[in-house]
Amino acid sequence: MSKLQESLEQGKFTITGEVGPPKGVDLEHCMDKEVSYIKDRVVAINVTDNQSSVMRISSLSICTLLARQGLEPILQITARDRNRLAIQGDILGGYVLGIRNILALTGDHNSAGDHPESKPVFDLDSVSILTAMNSLKNGKDLAGQELEGVPGDIFCGAIVTPGADPIEMQLIKMERKIEEGAQFFQTQAIYDSKVFENFMDKASKYKVPVLCGIVIIKSAGMANYMNNFVPGVQVPDSMITPLKEASKEDRPKKSIELMVEFIKEVKPMCQGLHIMAMGWEKYVPELLDMCDL
Amino acid sequence: MVVNVPKPGKELIEMVSGYKSLFIVACGGCPVGCDSGGKPRIDELTEQLSKNGIEVEGSTEIDFLCNKALVGSKLIYHIEKLKKSQAVLVISCGIGVQATGNMIDIPVIPANDTLSSQGMQGLWPSSERCAGCGTCYLALTGGICPITMCSKSLINGMCGGQHDGKCEVENERDCGWNLIYIRLNELGKLENLKKLPRLRDYRKMDVPDKERTTTRWALEKAEIYSAPVLNSEKEEASNE
Ligand code: SF4
Ligand code: SF4
Repeated sequence: MSKLQESLEQGKFTITGEVGPPKGVDLEHCMDKEVSYIKDRVVAINVTDNQSSVMRISSLSICTLLARQGLEPILQITARDRNRLAIQGDILGGYVLGIRNILALTGDHNSAGDHPESKPVFDLDSVSILTAMNSLKNGKDLAGQELEGVPGDIFCGAIVTPGADPIEMQLIKMERKIEEGAQFFQTQAIYDSKVFENFMDKASKYKVPVLCGIVIIKSAGMANYMNNFVPGVQVPDSMITPLKEASKEDRPKKSIELMVEFIKEVKPMCQGLHIMAMGWEKYVPELLDMCDL
Repeated sequence: MVVNVPKPGKELIEMVSGYKSLFIVACGGCPVGCDSGGKPRIDELTEQLSKNGIEVEGSTEIDFLCNKALVGSKLIYHIEKLKKSQAVLVISCGIGVQATGNMIDIPVIPANDTLSSQGMQGLWPSSERCAGCGTCYLALTGGICPITMCSKSLINGMCGGQHDGKCEVENERDCGWNLIYIRLNELGKLENLKKLPRLRDYRKMDVPDKERTTTRWALEKAEIYSAPVLNSEKEEASNE
């Protein structure tokens, strides 16, 4: 059983982090900086899969390096770049390299990234990647062929957007993901504890652990960008104004304070946090200290 | 020619089960050429439905269902029968089913699976598109095509990129899944979303040889096609 699964099954408030692989083979920033800041404070670390459709080192490779260091990776798999043969191959390949946690995503469209001329695959999607994982866990591939050696203890994750509109559609999809074997959820970034509470009121009946997604807002500019361009994310004015008013030197401190406040509000509602620091990994320990986590 | 073939019987019965009364609309274009439409198919389906306890309130054949304006103007004559029907079974390619669905406020059910929309016929006079996925999902998606209206051709529902009803790919483009959601909500059929299959079968997009030899293709293969070759040319060829 993976450490992540163990932690959630024991009912511990569980924290995961996230790193994005570099574009190129210089690992210093990713492994020595980002990972080293957070590794002692999180149970497991997501590694993104060509995030935002921008080509980078594969998630599988960085996950393998993390596993070799004794850390606990969460392999993100999107449906954009590979068909069902390649995806199942990577799930099995990850398993033999020590990867137990896998998170299924549909993936952004190619048009958003740095290879807009590439072929969008989407043979599977966030739901059917879970179907594939569950099938492999039960000893058969998607075509029904028997496996030699069964990766029975893969821990299957998925994502959900608490601020999505229409929320009914989001909940129907969440239910579908659970039917296909999702064992934990990480959420898209959320900043409004009321919205999160409403979502958890509806989602807690599924009894599947939810880790609340935290993206530290670094500035008013970033908040506005997220409000305009990231679907399902709404940073309230009550967070933007204090950041606007803070001086440049005070801004990180203010950002952290605002996030601490939010985390304290949502902590009783969910089973953990998923922190996407996006370059602010060095502030994560301080943030968690202030939350007594 | 838009190649469309009858839906597998079991799948069709599954889709109509739950309805007590249906109206049948058939396209007089490609399906006739593909031997998957016309009067014989209307009769066959009427019989099949009655056997399954479903009343057929009426039926009509309209020349080209891909012409939405034509569909609207012809269906007006059947208003009374349509009012008595809970859904409309449409014998056509995916475009015809979508166009019909656009004109009425009850669910549409495709009687055929579309394999290909290549060639001369098969108009795209409006926003409806069919990619010939071979497994027409329109009965479950409120007559809106998830394959062509969703930029990622997803069948498991909306992705995280939808914002204000628009698609992540283009600010002005409607999110197909949002349209499906709105339509199913209006029809009171949101539970359809739970019935969609998880996986697509891409084999079904392939057009089998048998279906390649209908009408226009048949003409190409027939003797008549070599008629214009002059006798003198033939002689030359045989002398070489
Ligand atoms: S679901 Fe769409 S692409 Fe598939 S046959 Fe129907 S209309 Fe065509
Ligand atoms: S935003 Fe809507 S139409 Fe666009 S890819 Fe996602 S689900 Fe499909």
